[in-house]
Amino acid sequence: MIAIENVHKQFGPLHVLKGVDLTVQKGEVLSMIGGSGSGKSTMLMCINGLEGIQQGRITIDGLEVHSKATDLNKLRRRIGIVFQQWNAFPHLTVLENVTLALRKVLGKSKDEAEMIAIEQLSHVGLKEKLAVFPSRLSGGQQQRMAIARALAMSPDYMLFDEVTSALDPQLVGEVLDTMRMLSKEGMTMIVVTHEMRFAREVSDRVAFFREGRIHEIGSSEQIFDNPEKPETAAFLKSI
Amino acid sequence: MDYQFQWRPVLRSLPDLLWGSLETVEIAGLAMLFGTVLAIFLALGKRSTKKYLIWPADAWIETARNTPALFQIYMLYFGLGSLGLQVSSYAALLFGITFNNAGYLAETFRGGFAAVPETQTRAARSLGLGAAQTIWYVVLPQMLRAVFHAMTNQMVWSILMSSLGVVVGLNTDLTGVTQKLNVVTYRTFEYFFVAAALYYLISKAFTLSARIVAWRLFRY
Repeated sequence: MIAIENVHKQFGPLHVLKGVDLTVQKGEVLSMIGGSGSGKSTMLMCINGLEGIQQGRITIDGLEVHSKATDLNKLRRRIGIVFQQWNAFPHLTVLENVTLALRKVLGKSKDEAEMIAIEQLSHVGLKEKLAVFPSRLSGGQQQRMAIARALAMSPDYMLFDEVTSALDPQLVGEVLDTMRMLSKEGMTMIVVTHEMRFAREVSDRVAFFREGRIHEIGSSEQIFDNPEKPETAAFLKSI
Repeated sequence: MDYQFQWRPVLRSLPDLLWGSLETVEIAGLAMLFGTVLAIFLALGKRSTKKYLIWPADAWIETARNTPALFQIYMLYFGLGSLGLQVSSYAALLFGITFNNAGYLAETFRGGFAAVPETQTRAARSLGLGAAQTIWYVVLPQMLRAVFHAMTNQMVWSILMSSLGVVVGLNTDLTGVTQKLNVVTYRTFEYFFVAAALYYLISKAFTLSARIVAWRLFRY
């Protein structure tokens, strides 16, 4: 379970998160929607400790993310994250991109790491690209590789930060399909997205972010069909 | 113009010159190796946010880049000597060039580090890699590629700089051997002409092998 309590985040004078409360259960798919600058991506970065927070606390299965006593490197093994800019390691082949953390973080042997990597890469349809460098892949393929790289660590939670926003329109589908597959397999996911049809289809719950707070949260049907707040309705209408 | 060129003594002592060349390559190579390692730490120090890391790195880089290499070698040889710490000419030259290389390379590396996007570090850390692992496996390989050509230049500079060893009495490297032979034969032009040609060949050999290494190493 991920529990977020009264989290505040400031970048200098900029108050990005102004008290966010949220709980995500195991097996749940939660989408975060909202305008740019509403704080949803920042929230994601705080969850795995890539960003610090100024107030409140975030716990993952009881472990406090921003506590000095927490071994962040160890905690991060259980939380996969995929970024908008897919961040492939350009100097490593597709296979090496996936095996790096398996070997250096989990201490697996080369053979074992490659076995896991090949399995994950096949899962996202990249079995034919093992020896290729990322520069030879399309954006969609690089993004699927990034998903496989995160999944190879067998995380308990997956965070997706606008993973289709930087893709050409015709490549969005293949990445969303991969995520659909994951949600069907029962992965716990927090998805920051602008793909409303996708959010509606895969999410158990949807959180609408506005001005650094969760303005409205509810089931996918409730948010998309019957938003309570006028701002939520206005936002959904605007896109 | 009644100077008579006499190449025979030079040719006769060619083996000595070649042995000297070997020592030149050794000194320049080691100074480059040590300089590269030190420069990585200096560049990281200068990029850090901790004052006690920035300040010494800054002092090193500023001194190395803004004072003559000749003085840096003098400082090691005579400076340390006057403090009672006598170092050999070989060591003074090796560490003098190392000091200089490290300063120049640190600035190059700083630019190289800046060329690797911050998002690469984020991606690596999010997979659970530690700070040092991230630098070693993800950032350094990309940084070194970005600065590879600048490093080749520094290597050539390192080879040429090593000729300064003669000022602290080194007589076993290419310049040292040449000077030693010059003072006994007075065939100054001939000896230094051949030595210059050898320096040229060594430098070119390094530039070419660097190109081959780059071609093998950077396949992406």
